[in-house]
Formats: sequence, structure tokens, C-alpha cells
Amino acid sequence: MADLNGMKIAAARDAMRKGDVTSVELTEACLAAIDGADALNAVVHKTPEIALEQARAADARIKAGDAPDMCGIPLGIKDLFCTKGVASQAASNILDGFKPEYESTVTRQLFESGAVMLGKLNMDEFAMGSSNESSAYGNAVNPWRRADDDTALTPGGSSGGSASAVAADLCLAATGTDTGGSIRQPAAFTGITGIKPTYGRCSRWGIVAYASSLDQAGPMTKDVRDAAIMLGAMSGHDPMDSTSADLAVPDFEAMLTGDVRGKKIGIPREYHMDGMPDEIEALWAEGRKMLADAGAEVVDISLPHTKYALPAYYVIAPAEASSNLARYDGVRFGRRATLAQGDGITEMYEKTRAEGFGPEVQRRIMVGTYVLSAGFYDAYYNRARKVRTLIKKDFEDVFATGVDAILAPTTPSAAFGLGEMASTDPVQMYLNDVFTITLNLAGLPGVSVPVGTNAQGLPLGLQLIGRPWEEGDLLNCAYALEQAAGFVSKPAKWW
Amino acid sequence: MSIDQGTAAKVAKLARIRVDAEDLPALAQEFNDILGFIEQLNEVDVEGVEPMVSVTPMRLKRRVDVVTDGGQQDKVLKNAPDAREGFFAVPKVVE
Repeated sequence: MADLNGMKIAAARDAMRKGDVTSVELTEACLAAIDGADALNAVVHKTPEIALEQARAADARIKAGDAPDMCGIPLGIKDLFCTKGVASQAASNILDGFKPEYESTVTRQLFESGAVMLGKLNMDEFAMGSSNESSAYGNAVNPWRRADDDTALTPGGSSGGSASAVAADLCLAATGTDTGGSIRQPAAFTGITGIKPTYGRCSRWGIVAYASSLDQAGPMTKDVRDAAIMLGAMSGHDPMDSTSADLAVPDFEAMLTGDVRGKKIGIPREYHMDGMPDEIEALWAEGRKMLADAGAEVVDISLPHTKYALPAYYVIAPAEASSNLARYDGVRFGRRATLAQGDGITEMYEKTRAEGFGPEVQRRIMVGTYVLSAGFYDAYYNRARKVRTLIKKDFEDVFATGVDAILAPTTPSAAFGLGEMASTDPVQMYLNDVFTITLNLAGLPGVSVPVGTNAQGLPLGLQLIGRPWEEGDLLNCAYALEQAAGFVSKPAKWW
Repeated sequence: MSIDQGTAAKVAKLARIRVDAEDLPALAQEFNDILGFIEQLNEVDVEGVEPMVSVTPMRLKRRVDVVTDGGQQDKVLKNAPDAREGFFAVPKVVE
């Protein structure tokens, strides 16, 4: 069978159950695709032995008739997830050589359901970035190119390797994490689907922490149905994560009816940003029309504190990061700097952290240190947390008027060229997350769906934002949008 | 609010990240850019607003206060850059 690595989860599941294809065959196809795609730099630690062993076990399990949906599905795993005995570096030099003695809850759940790990995927260092350029492995590359030139484009970030690998069919799906848009923005840049679930839906245990009150794991897949299937396998209560919600996980896939008649979809007026490209405005208007044509009631809404989401995030996230990343001290794991004669423990900390962390991570740790320091804690950190309360209240007020989901662009542009943002100040890069970051602050689920392409043939995504814990309903809206958009384009293979 | 080189050096020290003296001006400038961006928050009326503690209101689960883990010294030390005789080893901290 040709192009097994191009399959989607649902189709592969059904074909394996029918005996038309085996997990070993799927896995071998993906491993071959990975070996041929070094130019994308998406897979940074290949694990073919583990993959084939898991695939053989999955085949036996499918044969025995005991096969969950994810059984035998070859996946890529973001480097942020701790995987037992396999390098888990969060794309940082400071975790060089780190091989966890434990398995993250999400990957454990996936592997227990029979999923196969092909390897670890590239990302921005400690998930801090929107272009995958802060990675210790070097950047991943977007498999998409502009129609008229060969410029290497960013796959987005921080889950850039995941997005690149899924879009290039190196795996059937991948795990991602999203602190400010790190699943949805790369999904939009690469023409795939990605959902950040409600905060607390997926356990954070064993995922290298960036900003604990914002971090959530989620699936990055080739369509909405696959996202529903994989999210189900990743979700659920975990006593190891005190913020994990003790709520039943519904059958998300069964909720995909495509029927959105009578659903109320909000269009937030504050998301019309000055200087937003016409093609993004046009795409948004198209999406609005698609949902209206499908029978949804589309209403204009207001989220008045939207403008303050980015500055609030750039206080809260660095503050939490400065605390979380204090653990990288050259004592317990990872790398320790070479010390000079007479260096004491303070020099060890300072040299280790200066060598081990890249510039963006250092910048965020220090900004976080500053906003938490005596005298500034109230002015910055407490103020940002108050603004966060107001941002969440904006959404609560809108949902209280009966709005079921909110439609917005995922990103303010299509994928940009690698290196294009290098000369700008860090704040320009942060603006990439302007539409995605509000949800993390409010803890809400959001899904990016590819809806069209720009004039240069690059994919563009729209984002749907849902009520807390109603990912099933949200995915159904996304499914209706996906059906209406009919986005099937794939990047032309150049790698 | 403007950050000078002295403040930048102090923050780097607090964060335990070594920054060379010649890099301090650029670092201070970056801080100023980012903090300038953050200053927008001062436009918001936050009078009487509670700072958010938990994004999803939930009561933390309790469990019986008993030992549930431990006895894995080897695993704990496995990734240490320098482990000796069952301990993490660091440069001398007391004379």
C-alpha cells in the first residue's frame, strides 16, 4: 500500500482492525519518511527500535481483539515530554544528556493505549518561542514554501517540530504543548489541526514545565476527527498533577456530527487588529460565512481586555518560568559548566545557567526575576494577575449570553521566513501569539483548523474557542468548519 | 521605569545567570523594551479586582499523609553531572 505514512489516525485504526495493514508496516513507512526528511530537522531523537517493538506489540494486541483507538498509531513526541530512557531535552543545552527515569502521564497513557513512538520532535527551547528558532537543535523547517520562492519558512513554535512532522507525513500525529499558542500557531502555519484543551484536561506531570498555570498538552493531527480521537487518549484525571481535573472524558469522536444548527458563534470585534493583512480578514469573513451557511447563528461580541492579554502574559509566564527553571542548577540533572580552579557553588550555578540556557530563555528568566523582585511584585505581577481575572471574565460574560464558541484568526499572518524576525526586538515576535494567548490566560479550549491559503499558497488557519470542558462541542464546530472549508492541500515535497 | 546597567546586573545575579559586563547595556535595553510593552497594563482599572490564583476554580484534592514514594536513590542520582557515594556532589560550600 502506497503512502502509509500519509494516513490519518481514523483510517489507519480502521484498516488495522480489518487486517488491511499492520502497525509494523505503518511504522516502517514513517521511519523511512523520517530518514528522508533530515532537511526538515523535525525529528531530533529517532527511536526506531522502540517504535518497532511497540508496533509489534500493537499488532499482537489488535489481532487479539483488544485494541483501543490509538493502538498501533505511529506518533512523534515533542521533546518537552519526559520519555523514560529516551533523551528529553526540551530543546535546551542545559538538559543535554538527560534521560528521564520516568514517563510523562500523557505519553504513558498514549503508549498504554498502544501508540508507537517514532522519536522526539524539535521545538523552541523550553517551549519559549513562536518560530522554533530558539532550539538547541537548530530550527525545524516548514514543509510548505511560498509559490514563488524557495525561502525556508518557520513551522511556527514552540511545537514547530510537531507541526512540521505531521504536515510532512513523517508521523500520523504528534503531541504538542501550548502555553501561549504553541499548538495552534504552528498548526495554522503548516495546514494541520491542533487543539489546546481546557486547562486541567491533560495531566502536566512529566512535561517539562514552562509556565505551570498556562501549560497544556494537546494533539496535533491531520484533521479534526484525529484530534478528537487522540485527545481522548491523552486526557483524564491524574493524581500526580494537582491541577488535573477529576472529570469524565467524553467520547469526543462520537460528538462529531457536523451539525451546528442553532449554535451561537461569537465574532470578537477586538480581534480586528490594525495592520492585519487583508487575506486574514478575508479568511475570517469566509469562516464566518461557512458557519452561518451551516446553520449557526453568528453574532458580534466584545472581549474588551483583549489588548492587555499579551502584556499580562509577558509578566505571568516569565514569572512562572523564572521559578520553574530555577531547578536547572547543574546539580541534579543535565549539564554542568566546566569550572575554574577556585570556583564555588555560586560560580557553578551562574556559569552552568549562562552556558546552558539560550538567549530567549535567559531573557524570560530575568524578566520573571525582575517582576517578582521586592518592590515590583505588586506593580507587575499582581497587576498582571488582576488583568488576567478581567480577561477571563470577558469570556465568561460572553458565554453567559449564550455564545457556544468564538471564531477568530489563529495567527496575524502566514508562516514567515526563518531569520526574518531576527533583527526585530523580542516584542515583535511576541505579537505572533496575539490571538492565541487570551485562551491560555482564561484556561479555555481552542482549536486551529486549516481553512484556506494565502496568495502565495501558504496555509492559513482559523481558531475556534470553546467553553471550559466542552472540547467535544468545540471539536464538532471545528468539524463543521473543516467540512465547509474542504482544505486538502499538502506541501509539495522538496526535502 | 528605566532599567540601568546596575539593575540589569542585579537581576542577572538574582537569576544566577552570568552576564559579561560588555553585554549589560544590550540586556538593559532589552529589559526596557519588554517592560515598556508591559507598562500598558497600567491603563487597566483593576480597582477591587482579585488577582487570579487558579484559572479553573477547583478544590485541591487531599490524600492521607503517608509516604507514597521513595527508595530509588539510584534513579534519583542517575542523571546527576557529579554523584558520589550516593550523594549529589558540588563544589565545596563550607570551609
